[in-house]
Amino acid sequence: MSDTPNPQVSGPQNYCDGFARSQMVRRVLATGKRPVAREWDPRMPIPAGVGVDRRHFLAGMFGGVAMVYGAERSGLTDRMLGNGIAQAASLQSPNSPILVSLFMQGGLDSLSLLAPAGDPLYEKYRPTLAVAPGSGVQFREDPSLTWHPSATSIGNLHNAGKVAVFPGIGYGDPDLSHFTSRHYWEVGATDASLNTGWMGRFLDVYGDASNPFQGLSMDGQMNPSLATAKNPTAAIDQPNNFAVYLNGVWGDASNWTLETASRLGDNQRHSTDPAIKQVASAASEVGIVRRSLKPWSNASTVSGTDSTSNPGAVYGSSVTYPEASAGDLPGRLAGLASMIAHGLPLSCVALTTDTQFDTHASQTATFNAGVQLVSDSLAAFQADLEARGIDDRVIVHVWSEFGRRAQENTSDGTDHGAAGTSLLIGSRVNGGMVGEFAPLSQLDVNGNQRENVDFRGVYCSLVEQWFKKDAGAVIEHASRFPRYSLIT
Amino acid sequence: MSLLGPSPTAVYKGPFTEEAATRLLWRAGFGPRPGDAERVSKLGLEAAVASLTRPSGQAKLVGKAPHGAKNVPLDPINVWGDDHCWWLDRMVRSDQQLTERMTLVWHSWFATSESASSAQLMIDQNWTMRRQALGNFHQLLLDITVDPAMLLWLNGNENVKGYPNENYGREMLELFTLGADQGYNEDDVVQNARALSGWTNTWSDTKGPIDFRFDPTLHDNGVKKIFGKRGRFDWKDSCRLAVTHKWHPSFFVQKLWGYFVGADLPAGTAKQLERAYVSGGYEVRPIVEAILQHPLFYEGPRLVIPPVVWTAGMLRASKQTITTTNWAWIASLTGQVLFQPPNVSGWDYASWLDTARWAGRLWAVNTALQEHTLSGKTYPGGDSETNAESYQTAIDFWGGRPLSKVAAQHLLDLGGRISHGQNQTWEQVEFRQQRQNAFRNLVPMTPDWMTA
Repeated sequence: MSDTPNPQVSGPQNYCDGFARSQMVRRVLATGKRPVAREWDPRMPIPAGVGVDRRHFLAGMFGGVAMVYGAERSGLTDRMLGNGIAQAASLQSPNSPILVSLFMQGGLDSLSLLAPAGDPLYEKYRPTLAVAPGSGVQFREDPSLTWHPSATSIGNLHNAGKVAVFPGIGYGDPDLSHFTSRHYWEVGATDASLNTGWMGRFLDVYGDASNPFQGLSMDGQMNPSLATAKNPTAAIDQPNNFAVYLNGVWGDASNWTLETASRLGDNQRHSTDPAIKQVASAASEVGIVRRSLKPWSNASTVSGTDSTSNPGAVYGSSVTYPEASAGDLPGRLAGLASMIAHGLPLSCVALTTDTQFDTHASQTATFNAGVQLVSDSLAAFQADLEARGIDDRVIVHVWSEFGRRAQENTSDGTDHGAAGTSLLIGSRVNGGMVGEFAPLSQLDVNGNQRENVDFRGVYCSLVEQWFKKDAGAVIEHASRFPRYSLIT
Repeated sequence: MSLLGPSPTAVYKGPFTEEAATRLLWRAGFGPRPGDAERVSKLGLEAAVASLTRPSGQAKLVGKAPHGAKNVPLDPINVWGDDHCWWLDRMVRSDQQLTERMTLVWHSWFATSESASSAQLMIDQNWTMRRQALGNFHQLLLDITVDPAMLLWLNGNENVKGYPNENYGREMLELFTLGADQGYNEDDVVQNARALSGWTNTWSDTKGPIDFRFDPTLHDNGVKKIFGKRGRFDWKDSCRLAVTHKWHPSFFVQKLWGYFVGADLPAGTAKQLERAYVSGGYEVRPIVEAILQHPLFYEGPRLVIPPVVWTAGMLRASKQTITTTNWAWIASLTGQVLFQPPNVSGWDYASWLDTARWAGRLWAVNTALQEHTLSGKTYPGGDSETNAESYQTAIDFWGGRPLSKVAAQHLLDLGGRISHGQNQTWEQVEFRQQRQNAFRNLVPMTPDWMTA
């Protein structure tokens, strides 16, 4: 079970206890439960969105399951939600912008992603892990930097002018806890007590009161960046990983049979018996969204995917994605491209990498495979959007909670750092370098790189330049942060 | 003659109908086989309860042995998922249904996951729980405290003198015996961990963790102060102090009640059960017997049947046994994989259903119907079968348990819709098959059938 908190990971484990614990606590919290005392550290901030009511939804367009957050709170009935999705889809401008946030969880080693290869100081800090000069694509704006060979596809996209790179992004007084630093990035403030995500606040101010798909988590549970205070959002895993199927019943009869189950649910969901109500509600919600999203269900010919298939083909794309066996990300991105192409009313989307980049030991294997998967998946996603003619609507923001220590440790790994690297990818992105590479000669007291771009300034710039809205309503003290020219 | 002796609490006095017997068989077992509800109802309440709580001799597994595809026997130790199927099979076939059901209660109570150990150690633990299924809670706590799977799961094997690991010591109080912050503080947790220290094991490169043992040199033999009492306590003292703590009986009866009854435990009943539990020396059986006879068991609201219970119940009702190991991954879709509880606090019995799990249960129905889906050139019901007859055939396929009026009407309407306009001879077989298949798919998915 993917959501099993597992304090005793068997087999080799090279990420730190703090990371494992923060993952565990977040998984428990995401189920709406209180974490047990063993996992909990009162110093940890509560992730944004904890405690918001959840409702499960079946996204009928692909038969995917969606969890809808916050519907109860805003007094929405399921029927209103279903109608709201359909209405939002019909009202949304065909060119309305979509922001995709990809979290590289665990603290990505930015000194390997974009390396000062050949720099003697770098080679001194990284005797075993240094990226060799000439081994990867040279960085366009600064020839002293080399993309990691596993990130070649991102390097090529960057050379094509479709990637803005922030090689020294972070915030002042960096926190080295996974839990805290990640929380800051998610809520868009260095505020441990804030409980709405920065994209969630954007949706509360500028979003729709009845369209949960405006804020779509593709991690199978709500992504805290999308935690709202009032408007509904949705969570799915992958749009095709779920199907309602009946043995020996097909065609209209199959449809009627499923409708019957849901109608019975409609009829009994207000039962005074809580058990009847629980079963009936689930059946009812399955049906309501199937009906509401019927236009998409007919447009899709998605079939199941096996573990070695090209997820692009599964979602009717002409582009080849990394094999589904490599992880969830390719399939989720391929599914996302298809959802956008089919007109699902998305606005903010959040995903998390399969790979945990908390590489305290034996970094090379984890980092190389993980970066390869992310780079190739993102390049395929961009190509897919272009092939579908929707690339002008979508940008992808790639981030991690921090970079890693300049000096490698004695386990062929690296420990928690401060400033790291973010990417912004898309056809409308102002490709180039934002800020500068944080010099290794000017590390902070912990031996970590210092930030020269504040992530909150990037958020403000995205709200203003991509969504064309007032950042002041979304990011606290927005006027204090510099703006960067991110969109052409 | 009284079979059970006087109950410490009120006893249900209403008619022990087939419906009441059905409820008992679902909550204290894995659902009735065809004819069970009628048979048990005729026993009367007390004898019915006694037949569950006081089985004699060894449990017998009735019916065909489980196997996977192509008749391959299960290999629960070595093959992923076969451990789930192994226990599911016992749930389906054991003639000591409450023993299996109580073992499931303990599995959730002392929730241990095989992710920390192995199928072998989990199955060993499973037998330990089964031995005390209706036995003694103090003994069960002693057994579980030094159970290898638990020692690995909550780091008891790393809790040694000078380097205390509080994991088990904390959960023992919070989740197993007293409840969060009920009658203990942080210092008690630390001291409890010291008392529990000394258990260790050896690692074998070929066999994994082996040779679990108490090593006196690893035990902190100093004086501890737990719940205000001082002494050179060890792991046995730790268990004794927990079960004799004044807050333990209320925690125990409250938690046990919740597995069986949907209504809140009334304060007066709680006091009666607590007294019986303590005076009985922490024996479990008398408390279960009282709960199974209590009026609220029969008159209170329904409970959602847990996924694995419902799955076993489908197989029992349709006279099937395990013929595929697909049940293991289907279990994950329904939200309950045996030996893999979601976390140390076990499954959330208050919330079994959402749309994803509802769909998972439909997969389970599909699987149960794998060998019972009608197709081909003929229809066994013949050409003159009415809609109502077809409906009854499906009800009977699932053991004859009647549905509520509203559920029945929805299914009959569907049958009418499927058959509407199917007047051509060549259409007759196909629509009758589809109608019967549709009924069979829907019956176990109704709110009636998924609750008890």
